[in-house]
Amino acid sequence: MTAKTLYDKLWDDHIVTQRDDGSALIYIDRHIVHEVTSPQAFEGLRLAKRKPWRVDSILATPDHNVPTTQKERADGVSGIADPTSRIQVQTLDDNCDELGILEFKINDKRQGIVHVVGPETGACLPGMTIVCGDSHTSTNGALGALSMGIGTSEVEHVLATQCLVAKKMQNMLVQVNGKLLHGVTPKDVVLAIIGKIGTAGGTGYAIEFGGDVFKAMSMEGRLTVCNMAIEAGARAGMVAVDDITLDYVKGRTFAPKGEHWDIAEKAWRELTSDEGAHFDKVVTLDAADITPQVSWGTSPEMVSPVSANVPNPDDETDPVKKEGLRRALDYMGLQAGQAITDIHVDRVFIGSCTNSRIEDIRAAAQVVKGLRKADSVKEAIVVPGSGEVKAQAEKEGLDKIFIDANIEWREPGCSMCLAMNADKLGDGEHCASTSNRNFEGRQGYGGRTHLVSPEMAAAAAIKGHFVDVREMMKGEA
Amino acid sequence: MRAFTTLKGLAAPMDRPNVDTDLIIPKQFLKSIKRTGFGENAFDELRYLDEGEPGKDNSNRPVNPDFPLNFARYQGASVLLARENFGCGSSREHAPWALDEYGFRAIIAPSFADIFFNNCFKNAILPIVLDEKDVETLFAQMYAQEGYSIEVDLPEQVVRTPEGQTFSFDIDAFRKHCLLNGLDDIGITMQSSDDIKAYEQARAQRAPWLFAS
Repeated sequence: MTAKTLYDKLWDDHIVTQRDDGSALIYIDRHIVHEVTSPQAFEGLRLAKRKPWRVDSILATPDHNVPTTQKERADGVSGIADPTSRIQVQTLDDNCDELGILEFKINDKRQGIVHVVGPETGACLPGMTIVCGDSHTSTNGALGALSMGIGTSEVEHVLATQCLVAKKMQNMLVQVNGKLLHGVTPKDVVLAIIGKIGTAGGTGYAIEFGGDVFKAMSMEGRLTVCNMAIEAGARAGMVAVDDITLDYVKGRTFAPKGEHWDIAEKAWRELTSDEGAHFDKVVTLDAADITPQVSWGTSPEMVSPVSANVPNPDDETDPVKKEGLRRALDYMGLQAGQAITDIHVDRVFIGSCTNSRIEDIRAAAQVVKGLRKADSVKEAIVVPGSGEVKAQAEKEGLDKIFIDANIEWREPGCSMCLAMNADKLGDGEHCASTSNRNFEGRQGYGGRTHLVSPEMAAAAAIKGHFVDVREMMKGEA
Repeated sequence: MRAFTTLKGLAAPMDRPNVDTDLIIPKQFLKSIKRTGFGENAFDELRYLDEGEPGKDNSNRPVNPDFPLNFARYQGASVLLARENFGCGSSREHAPWALDEYGFRAIIAPSFADIFFNNCFKNAILPIVLDEKDVETLFAQMYAQEGYSIEVDLPEQVVRTPEGQTFSFDIDAFRKHCLLNGLDDIGITMQSSDDIKAYEQARAQRAPWLFAS
């Protein structure tokens, strides 16, 4: 039998029919839905007089539009001040109620960012095909699943048929070998990967993350890495199933129990790339070369170690790239050659589907413990990824650490990652953000985003500018 | 869906790499629950000099005179010339909805991001991948000649310049079939209902925990 990659196995296992031109009908095990990309799909279904194929495969929760202040959250949907946001969240509720779809509504303790809620509840499991009308659906691949973002027409297609029309992607292996330096996080690893292969480096590929670093990485770290596979252009990222995966999944609400667990575990143990399986492209990084990263431009590939300087467009020979660099520095209000540690931040955002899980919150709390936010930083907010994360953090007293540091502790949601709610940057403001995109205007009109790890964001909140967080960690093991 | 066969239209530039879908349609407009109404806000942050909001009267807003799509010579364009990795980032289908409503029916670039590329086909917009040097040629000719129009011939899979120069492009047979005939792919997939049911039954045997609820 030919050796298969993890992606080959997941793909083959879900083919309903194969077409002559290479496209296939792929069965979808889990469909996650949020309020922004679903209303037109439900409307399309209704107009065509169609019903969802399998209601029990769908899980919904509002996340993009939900406010994060307790005051605005207190009255649920009706309390959302922005009427357009309110209508969108209400529409999700109405659609789910009408069709009998399980939804964690705005003030349900299980509500949160779709890509945090899915793995946390066990709604997303190894071996599944998972889709959601959201590009960061790649996150769930960390469980050893084939998980992809889709457009609204495809949301409607999956609702109606339980299938996706897709063409098989190529296989890419990104391996990081060796051991990460102290203070270097999964976020730094994935930013370094994107810096190396570029935002289009993974286009047309499914990326498997392999090597020593990912084998040793926690499940939450793997979720962070796979989350940003799309920022490297890859619709899907994934990590092979191992004991870390199984330990993480076991006991979660929707995870199989009893006899089903035993069958599942046996099947999931097979979800690794076979020895000698063929990858169309292999990229290798050495863990020892990776240090804390900070993005300085308007694309996630515009990223450097915190110790570096902002690049000079004059050093670039390609005219299109040179112009791109110049435009990015102009938008970001940065000088060519400026030290990254000289960039001052106006706001700090710790949250998003990339970095809002309990380990992220703990890591940020560890940095700020006993310290105070710099006065020059207008606002620093911590937005947990879900109600479950929030409750756990509060149980551990982490909320108090932030509040004592003059950092705000908020209600769960996507928040300032894309600023569809009230949390946004002002024109020209710099933000140390643990989110995933530093595009122009992403966090607010004219806002300037710097992508960093939770530790680095916490350090910037304390110092008022970027700093190598490892300098603040001295004395730790 | 609207069919796409041939198109002859004015070309306009989006001359920068890595144009993301946030740039094509900023997030504040994603709060709509409709499929229409996005065209006036396509490229909002580049097109206007102030911050756009849903419901704002765009006719009173200050227009950015330096943004090429605002130039008189590109008004009425239906073919967008773009650079590498066009449509990267968010999966929002609002991006092709906005471009379609603006009037673009075909986009030519050296490469596209996967999700955006896919979304275009669902909306009868044809994304065409050409070699970087051929895209460069089209850009140069367009800049040199006002009123430069490009002909897109889907049956023949070629792009034709006003001088008759042709560049051929690839497209999946199934996608071509759907575009030429204006077919809604849900209807086509529904014809495979028996296959889907059979697959589902087999899957329930192999992975019973997925069907336990």
